[in-house]
Amino acid sequence: MSALTLAAQRAALSAGRCSRDLTEEALARAASTASLNALISCDAEGARAAAIGDGPLSGIPFAHKDLFCTRGLRTTCASKMLAEFVPPYDATIVERLTSAGAVSIGKTNMDEFAMGSSNENSAFGPVLNPWDTTRVPGGSSGGSAAIVAANVVAFATGSDTGGSVRQPAAFCGVTGFKPSYGRVSRYGMVAYASSLDQAGVIARSAADCADVLQAMAGHDPRDATSVDRTVDDYRAALDRGVRGLRIGIARELFSAGVSDAMQTTVHRALHELEAAGAILVEIDLPSLPLSIPAYYVIAPAEASSNLARYDGVRYGRRAAAVKGLHDLYSRSRAEGFGTEVKRRILTGTYVLSSGYYDAYYLRAQQVRRLIANDFARAFATVDLIAGPTTPDVAFKLGEKTADPLAMYAADINTVAVNLAGLPAMSVPAGFIGGLPAGLQLIGQAFDEASLFAAGHALQSRTDWHLAMAPGAVR
Amino acid sequence: MNDWQAVIGLEIHVQLNTRSKLFSGASTAYGAEPNTQASWVDVALPGTLPVPNIEAIRKAVTFGLAVGADVAAESIFARKNYFYPDSPKGYQISQYERPIVAGGTILARLDDGREITVQLTRAHLEEDAGKSVHDAFHAASGIDLNRAGTALIEVVSEPVMHSSAEAVAYMKAVHRLVRWLDICDGNLQEGSFRCDANVSVHQPGTPFGTRCEIKNVNSFRFVEKAIDYEIERQIRAIENGERIVQETRLYDAAANKTRTMRSKEDAEDYRYFPDPDLPPIRVTATEFDALRATLPELPDARRSRYIDAHGLTAYDANKLTEERSTSDYFEAVANALPGHSKLVANWVNGELAAALNEAQSAITASRIGAPALAGLLARIVDGTISGKIAKDVFAAMWAGEQSADAIIDARGLRQISDSGAIGQMLDDVLAQFPEQVAKYRAGDAKLFQFLVGQAMKATKGKANPTQVNELLRERLGVTG
Repeated sequence: MSALTLAAQRAALSAGRCSRDLTEEALARAASTASLNALISCDAEGARAAAIGDGPLSGIPFAHKDLFCTRGLRTTCASKMLAEFVPPYDATIVERLTSAGAVSIGKTNMDEFAMGSSNENSAFGPVLNPWDTTRVPGGSSGGSAAIVAANVVAFATGSDTGGSVRQPAAFCGVTGFKPSYGRVSRYGMVAYASSLDQAGVIARSAADCADVLQAMAGHDPRDATSVDRTVDDYRAALDRGVRGLRIGIARELFSAGVSDAMQTTVHRALHELEAAGAILVEIDLPSLPLSIPAYYVIAPAEASSNLARYDGVRYGRRAAAVKGLHDLYSRSRAEGFGTEVKRRILTGTYVLSSGYYDAYYLRAQQVRRLIANDFARAFATVDLIAGPTTPDVAFKLGEKTADPLAMYAADINTVAVNLAGLPAMSVPAGFIGGLPAGLQLIGQAFDEASLFAAGHALQSRTDWHLAMAPGAVR
Repeated sequence: MNDWQAVIGLEIHVQLNTRSKLFSGASTAYGAEPNTQASWVDVALPGTLPVPNIEAIRKAVTFGLAVGADVAAESIFARKNYFYPDSPKGYQISQYERPIVAGGTILARLDDGREITVQLTRAHLEEDAGKSVHDAFHAASGIDLNRAGTALIEVVSEPVMHSSAEAVAYMKAVHRLVRWLDICDGNLQEGSFRCDANVSVHQPGTPFGTRCEIKNVNSFRFVEKAIDYEIERQIRAIENGERIVQETRLYDAAANKTRTMRSKEDAEDYRYFPDPDLPPIRVTATEFDALRATLPELPDARRSRYIDAHGLTAYDANKLTEERSTSDYFEAVANALPGHSKLVANWVNGELAAALNEAQSAITASRIGAPALAGLLARIVDGTISGKIAKDVFAAMWAGEQSADAIIDARGLRQISDSGAIGQMLDDVLAQFPEQVAKYRAGDAKLFQFLVGQAMKATKGKANPTQVNELLRERLGVTG
């Protein structure tokens, strides 16, 4: 079996296989790769019972990151806090993918509440990278990236607050797409950092991401930050090519922290785009180095407030035999949240506190504007911006868990995109020592189409995105 | 030492009378079974998001326009973070740095007729909290989230009031205005209109004293008593050499005293920050103009007009502008009877008000509508009936009989204004009471009224009283 794409699945369907067959096969593949720990909940029953509509993704199995609310199916956010939480409603994107005909086989593992870059912060245990099971798949959408790389399903949903779709896609050798802020509804996506969170998709190819995003995108009156703006025809954009497209090579994305091998590998991929007709232009994003401190102030600040609702009163983990209200709060939260979540809640509470707000939160917002201005300036002369998605390939399990700052620092190439609300994509760009490397392309707000055009142009000339991981089902 | 001056500022919570909540589609109707009016958003389920209620924003803007405030073209929702079971998200969505309404003034009139102008600091939009229910379960508290998320504006005054009387007059003026604007039902018992009072005392010319905040007082009388108690407590404490500590206090109506709820040291740091789920509230110039155009004539403007153009007394004008429905009723009747506003005011504030009060009825549900009352008063104006007969007709109308004209005709109440007929009747009366006539002529002046009374009795009150007086004088040879 070769790489699982939407085209391959559709071919199977038109060759006479029924959706039920595809679902059973996906469930079987999920079972055979269970050691990767990519799924928190497998919903065999729901998948078998799914009524297949007549949509563009009709009959195609996939999986949802376990922070999208699914009616009747537990949605854990990989947290003990919500281990038993069964939502009474579907997230908007869950509704949309269901009505497009896609069949969810379950919920993917992730870093708890999407806080993490290695999927080691899951109450359900880490996910293993199908390319090397001693390494992390990246995070926080590690389960989604791993399950696609393992050839279990053709696509999975993810969410990207600081790189959580792009970085695991890069680590697992698959394509990850993060839309512009406001392009996809956040209704029903459990919030981590509301001003940065955006639902995305992980699939084999840019073309497949385009089809899935087409079904997910669009205005939702239930999300006041979702934008009422026409969704481009992404499939049509795929064949636009890159001739004359100006791609900015941001010096700061190739900075000191990025390994030599990664620099070389990504440049090689960029030359493929150049060969396809793109024009490479050197640009600067001078404020980019400030994006890590700004992100790790703003995201925890919002998280500290967003996660205040998990108080043991109405749903979720509730400590037993408590002595009074304060005890109920503190023990439910102490028991329910993992270390990294607690660290970010404490950080966020601190930076919002009276006397510290100006020095941290307000300052971080100012930096955020500088970063957005840098991008705006750059986009006056280029159509897309490119660089490595990550400084290096997937690291070893446990390698950075003792040093949160080192873990945070590795997000340097992805977080600025969220701070500026831009669309971005990670596409496979080759291998370093047998491990995948990712090329990140960044677009102007709401110009997802150009990203799909560039991604597809690259994937039409290369086959890195179709390479099979050793841990994949063949 | 009795030159203490109290300094008082109020924060009034005005629940907006929108049908659905500020950020969810759940109903705001009062009194439903606990938690039957709490949506996924109100319960703060994971993944839910707030969507602003445009109607609530319009009502807040309307308030701002009515008090002559700066209404922000762009204002911001902020999160006020604190843990409490009736706050399901762990934060309340409110406004902090950029409220929708800044400044403005309220004119308040005290019972003694004195007027004060109270400066407003701001009015901001926020959602209400739920309620804790302490008596429904054994050894546990319940939470009712029906009220959680209901839209409020918090109207904050400057600390410019100096007595409980001023504070209550101001609170009543705000109460009248928000009902007039139809943005709040004004129901104090149900908590639609409640108030926090900030009270301090100082000696004029010296800096303000330390203030205490009395939380959640929901009646005019309690506000008055709580403030009076608090002023006295603070003065007594200072004069005893104690220091006032900044704190939040609760008013205990049963004991008529305030007591400490929490001190400033226990005060929470609310960690306000702009709510990332909600884009700034933008009000366009077109929307401003539309709301300004629909703004009703305000009570103070009407009151002045009633005095200046309609010639009413201040008392009548005040009474008529207490409620917009009363004022609208008055206008409808007065417009039908140009030049007779005083008569109309007397009837609306008198007979009608008494009947409504007795029937516990709102004027909008009055058994006698404005056109019907105008029909009755028109018959007084054209001399068909006297004011006294009109009261009987009014009673008949109130009891459900038809129009004034129909009642007058059916009962033959038309006033007798025929001089010949009245003269004839007077001659009969004089013939009937020769003794009284003789005494009158001998100088007993009060017997004139007796004879008038007999004449009215003989006509069952229908004789035109002016004519009766005139013709009787003629007959008794009285001049002038």
